[in-house]
Amino acid sequence: MEKKTPLYDCHVAAHGKIVPFAGYLLPVQYETGVIAEHMAVRQKAGLFDVSHMGELIICGRDALKNLQMLLTNDFKGMADGQARYSPMCCENGGIVDDLIVYRIEEEAYLIVVNASNKDKDYDWMKEHMGGEAKILDISERVAQIALQGPRSHDILCRIAGKEDIPEKYYYGKFHADIQGTDCLISRTGYTGEDGYEIYLGADRAEEMWNLLLESGREEGLIPCGLGCRDTLRLEAAMPLYGHEMDENITPLEAGLPFAVKMKKDDFIGKNAILEKGEPSRKRVGLKVTGRGIIREQAEIFAGDRSIGFSTSGTHCPYLGYPAAMAMLEMPYTQPGTAVKALVRGRMIDAEVVALPFYKRAK
Amino acid sequence: MDLKELKYTKSHEWVKETDDGCLEIGLTDYAQKQLGDLVFVNLPMEGDEVAAGEPFADVESVKAVSDVYSPVTGVVDAVNEELLDAPELINESPYEAWLIRVKDAGEREELMTAKEYEDFVENEG
Repeated sequence: MEKKTPLYDCHVAAHGKIVPFAGYLLPVQYETGVIAEHMAVRQKAGLFDVSHMGELIICGRDALKNLQMLLTNDFKGMADGQARYSPMCCENGGIVDDLIVYRIEEEAYLIVVNASNKDKDYDWMKEHMGGEAKILDISERVAQIALQGPRSHDILCRIAGKEDIPEKYYYGKFHADIQGTDCLISRTGYTGEDGYEIYLGADRAEEMWNLLLESGREEGLIPCGLGCRDTLRLEAAMPLYGHEMDENITPLEAGLPFAVKMKKDDFIGKNAILEKGEPSRKRVGLKVTGRGIIREQAEIFAGDRSIGFSTSGTHCPYLGYPAAMAMLEMPYTQPGTAVKALVRGRMIDAEVVALPFYKRAK
Repeated sequence: MDLKELKYTKSHEWVKETDDGCLEIGLTDYAQKQLGDLVFVNLPMEGDEVAAGEPFADVESVKAVSDVYSPVTGVVDAVNEELLDAPELINESPYEAWLIRVKDAGEREELMTAKEYEDFVENEG
């Protein structure tokens, strides 16, 4: 039985098309439709319920030491409120999950994980932790609302003080105040646009959702579903666990070397990654040059040779053409390489292109 | 278009008999709403054979791909090429946006009247 987020009633009232996703009932789209919702986020602003995401806390004297061992990125020297993205690897170098770590204070960290992996992550971390540190799962008590798009800042300024709005990307303000509600406001997102993710108590979620929608109405803010969350992240080439990453794909293959600090003393998976050396395959972008849409798990060919598979793909509403991400053998990863995808018994022509497909103008 | 003059399938296609004895096939309003924003249509070629109960085209929304089934056996007389560049026409006016026209229609699936289809959709939803 799927769970409901604290905003479930709001989605139903707004005629959201509700689907099961990662154990939750969430709107895949509203009556506006995926394309209009996608365009709203690129051009104005969109509001997402992402309360399904998991929130874990690691705290104690050895909290940092444990993060350093559990995760591939380096968390030394972070400021309070600062956020950092990281894969978490298995011993074999494959990826358990990808997540974001916020430093709350020196000995306490908030970790935001994928909903579908939350229990697995908790168990994995707990099993591999040592010293003086404990882990808590606070997911049930926390709601998360993402405000995304170029007008997000102006909308948030209407209801929050300047001192409570983070100025820099990948920074958050803990205990920010939005009209009397205690929140974490973080300048992060999963759309390729400027925007914020607001974490707050589940009991205040409905009030906050309505307040944000009301405050953003003049700016063109609309509620958005999971459908455009996926098309937006694909245009921005942001990887999604279970597609671009899984326990058989290393972070280097997934194109995440920036988040793997091989100079760190040790972390789980480091030896395996070292032993594998230069990866033999890599995540690339594919732009469809023929007719059709390449979705996930299509076999990719160069001539007659099978060279990999697609990991996600769709029609990109803002760019106006279909695109996919794929895991291809290294010799075929140069932009400009012509490939074909086998889709429903038909070959679709495509070309390897540099990622991301879409990058917002600064 | 008078929806009462059309016949309907359980897989949510509509069928219109033309004056020259051909059959035009399209997707119902219910179907396009379920599919969402359409972004790609793959149609057969003129002269291709279609078979009753078999898929003859696929339509893709942002989220997924779906088959379109032919309610009759016959030969494709014409395809609506306008849809290849503008699949959103199916969303905008589903009863104008025919996909193919079939001639030499032979075997036919059992089709529903407008009233029957209305009841069918109601029960399905």
